[in-house]
Amino acid sequence: MIRERLLSPYQHGASALHRLPPGLKLGAALACILLIVLLPRNAWGLHAAIAAGLVAVAIASRASLRQLLLRLLLLEPLVIGIALLAVLRPDGSLLFLSMITKSTLCLACMIVLTATTRFSDILDVLRRLHFPALLITSLALTHRFMFVLIEEMQRMMRARRSRTLVEDRAASWSGSSQVAGRLFVRASERAERVYLAMCARGWEQ
Amino acid sequence: MICASLMTCGPLRKTTGCACRAPADSMQKSGFSHTRAGPMHIPDGFIDLQTAAVTAVLAGVGIAIALRDVRRRLPSRRVPLIGLAAAFVFAAQMLNFPVAAGTSGHLIGAVLVCVLLGPAAAVIVMTTVLVLQCLMFADGGVTALGANVLNLGVIAPTVGYAVYTAVRRIGPRGLRTLLLAAGFAAWCSTLAAALACAVQLAASGTVPLNLALPAMSGVHMLIGLGEAVITMLVVAVIARARPELIDGIDSGPMSHRALLTFGGLATLALLVFVAPVASSLPDGLHWVAGRLDFAQRSTTLQSAPFDGYSLEMAVATPGVATVLAGLIGAAIAFAIAWLVARALTPANRSPGTR
Repeated sequence: MIRERLLSPYQHGASALHRLPPGLKLGAALACILLIVLLPRNAWGLHAAIAAGLVAVAIASRASLRQLLLRLLLLEPLVIGIALLAVLRPDGSLLFLSMITKSTLCLACMIVLTATTRFSDILDVLRRLHFPALLITSLALTHRFMFVLIEEMQRMMRARRSRTLVEDRAASWSGSSQVAGRLFVRASERAERVYLAMCARGWEQ
Repeated sequence: MICASLMTCGPLRKTTGCACRAPADSMQKSGFSHTRAGPMHIPDGFIDLQTAAVTAVLAGVGIAIALRDVRRRLPSRRVPLIGLAAAFVFAAQMLNFPVAAGTSGHLIGAVLVCVLLGPAAAVIVMTTVLVLQCLMFADGGVTALGANVLNLGVIAPTVGYAVYTAVRRIGPRGLRTLLLAAGFAAWCSTLAAALACAVQLAASGTVPLNLALPAMSGVHMLIGLGEAVITMLVVAVIARARPELIDGIDSGPMSHRALLTFGGLATLALLVFVAPVASSLPDGLHWVAGRLDFAQRSTTLQSAPFDGYSLEMAVATPGVATVLAGLIGAAIAFAIAWLVARALTPANRSPGTR
């Protein structure tokens, strides 16, 4: 299913890239992105070299290249949208090309990272780097429950649609906001239960 | 950014179709609409290192203040709610609100969370959403994370909360004022975040400011209307279903000192940004500043009453016209919010909240 694949960027595998410590991978990805951002705009050779390196890493990870590309393509409109504003500058077209190249390379870098690293592992790295505990807790809870809430939202949308044969725009707005409102009520009720469960397992702030 | 909120990547939903096809349809739809990037998420490569550093520091200060506030005021049984609320924002952003001709908008959620959880928790919730989007879905750049958190995580909720409390204080008690305040605050917060985004892009030399400001503010005045109406609709639903959630979770109104710190930070974020960056960068804002005679006018920033508009006043070429456009836009947004609030609260129904 498209939804499943797009919502979870991690692709299970046993390649050498998957087995590398997540801290190292995160550090390498950040260093790579910093390098790409810092490269001079007309260093096309270096950009091409990085692109080749990323493709090599992607192949070595044995992840589905089709999914990586699909993810990249879906994020690309945003990049092009911002870059279009730059075309109107004096040296616009070159700037446009260079920005799109840089952004795409950075995107590819993050996509390869998230395809081979679990988000919970990235969170562990952040925890060891002493990020604020409250932020880590809410990131972990969000990551744990966003799929649950998305499922819940889709169930509500499905129920609503199965009862709505003809729908105009106004009904669609009120319906979607009904779903959003109810979803928040359910999320807050779930938060109560999660708190009790966390306490039962010895959680302390 | 511009394209994001008004664009659907997925196929256009035909809502008149038969019900039996709906489930598969909705699944596919949501899969696509999720990856449709959120508004104003700046990718890597559009922000230079100075801007990235300044915004990261400002965002860090904002998060630190919010974390301290949440730790002190939020009871520990509410801590999971922050994570759940962030997951809720994530899911709610996937809901489509059809506009016209196959385009659709979606919720940003900063003011909605503000109304429901209070400003400090809203900062943490929005930051959580942005960090997750960046690290898990590559939506928004890593080097631009500071800027994105500053715009959507710190500026949007604080500006929104300031407007929300101001309108609620002026108006009579009741659901109608609450909705009006939430709607107008949502519009203002969207615009403020867009203006901050435009300034950052310009300061990085990506887009000239005299182009970025009108383009971003123009588009986001429209996007903000959508955000306002969605926020009001959702708040109305929650106020009807569970009125105690509206003010119950937020542990009382925010203290004046915290509000001042917040408002000060939001203003500072925009002011501190423009001044040093303008003088230290060889290209970028300096280039624009030279053209627009920005250097002389930058002093007017200090005494300006409202950051968003004063910025426009100081920077845009036909300053007065832009300010006028902004004020007219605000008046229209306020009028629309008032009309929607009136439509949502029929006179015969007694409001459930104070």
